[in-house]
Amino acid sequence: MKAFSERIKEEAKRLLEQKEVEAFIGFSKGSLPMTTRPFVARTPEDTEKLVFNSFCVMNLARYLPEVLKSLEPQRKPQDPLPKGPLPKVGILATGCWSRNIVVQIQENQIDRDRVVIVGIKGAGMIDKRKVFAHVGEKEISAVEEKEDKIIVKGPEYEVKIAKEDVLRDNCQVCVHFDPVIYDILLEAPGAHEREPKIERFKQIEEIEALSINERWAWFTKEIENCIRCYACRNACPLCYCPTCFVDDSRPQWVGKSIDPTDTQIFHILRAFHMAGRCTDCGACESACPMGIKMRLLTKKIEKDCLNFFDTEAGLSIDVMPALSTYKPDDPQDFFITEKLFSKDSK
Amino acid sequence: MASNKKDKNNVGWQPKIVAFLCNWCSYAGADLAGISRFQYPPNIRVVRVPCSGRVSANLILDALKSGADGVLVSGCHPGDCHYISGNLYARRRFAILKSFLEFIGIEPDRIHFAWISASEGEQFAKLVTEVTKRVKALGPATKLVKRLPEV
Repeated sequence: MKAFSERIKEEAKRLLEQKEVEAFIGFSKGSLPMTTRPFVARTPEDTEKLVFNSFCVMNLARYLPEVLKSLEPQRKPQDPLPKGPLPKVGILATGCWSRNIVVQIQENQIDRDRVVIVGIKGAGMIDKRKVFAHVGEKEISAVEEKEDKIIVKGPEYEVKIAKEDVLRDNCQVCVHFDPVIYDILLEAPGAHEREPKIERFKQIEEIEALSINERWAWFTKEIENCIRCYACRNACPLCYCPTCFVDDSRPQWVGKSIDPTDTQIFHILRAFHMAGRCTDCGACESACPMGIKMRLLTKKIEKDCLNFFDTEAGLSIDVMPALSTYKPDDPQDFFITEKLFSKDSK
Repeated sequence: MASNKKDKNNVGWQPKIVAFLCNWCSYAGADLAGISRFQYPPNIRVVRVPCSGRVSANLILDALKSGADGVLVSGCHPGDCHYISGNLYARRRFAILKSFLEFIGIEPDRIHFAWISASEGEQFAKLVTEVTKRVKALGPATKLVKRLPEV
């Protein structure tokens, strides 16, 4: 993994030195073991700080629109875009992040010509909560990463854990490992061995099999610890609205109180706004300080989009997100008038 | 929307149903039902919207949050939309929303979608009768209802 980190550094340094990009979005070391921090390198010297490992759980596409905007010359909203090419930005992209970049391009948030995408084939990230659970919630002072395992060191103990045992839930069910758009393609160590560990929608099907009241109990239980810090929203590369619906006060869709209904409505609407766009990158779940599995909500919608409309988010620039388009023969058997006034009953 | 008083077995309880009707077809359909003197239960509260495409998940959830026992959204038949494709975008959105709300445990019969044209007064009356019957069968809404603190 060290060698791969060096490879990324090299690539970023070259892009910045040759003035191909003005900024490069990657990760730097975090302040605790098993953490990394999104980092924007703006000079070739900065690239020394770049790292890449299996703890890069945040989604870098989240920072892309803002970094691109910061490099444009200042102008008033009504002024036209400056003439000539604008500065470019380099970014790392795994399979899911690259699909988020595709959605951002489709939704006119970024310009493809201004982005240099360094694709990473077959990366999978580790859930640090699973590592903590594995060592019995003991203190961890250092974690070293090898090809297919991690070595966890704490005061007076050392454990080896196979990477696939502590892979994040979304990485375990991942089926699109490889970037869909890129300018440079690198291969993560162990990339050729990756395959889905669990069937893609298994977790969703388990919940669907429950009765309606059991499902409601599951949903309310899952989010009852939510403190509404909105970290899941802020970590999401597709939550780029300048004013989020939770901040609206007239009408106030989500109340400011601690009423559980408000939290429920926040989670329903947050998931619904990701409909047809979410690529299951897992950044929301990784950012959550309370360990809420809100990914299951978006995963259900992902499943429906695939079943109803046969589309998946961000696989191709030419296929629009499911809810931004329509077909004349979309399913409508759930409409009450379809059954009530069907031709047979007339 | 204050919930009306009811006893333990919901005797005397009448459901409140918020109906979002599109201006061009369904609202006119409801109008025709009235002009033609078709009888239907008085449980719906009509909200006129420009198009079924105007109805977002926010509006539907807000109705439930405010204490509606059911929500009905009705628009023009596919191909008849005044704005060409508003109802077709809405159809996709509703398909996802309905399935999703069912997934998290909201009774499917609380939320209904319908196509009613301006000439379908009779069908509108039948639709409202059916929707009211189904919501009545479920009893008062308890999920997603925001209750004000009792004082």
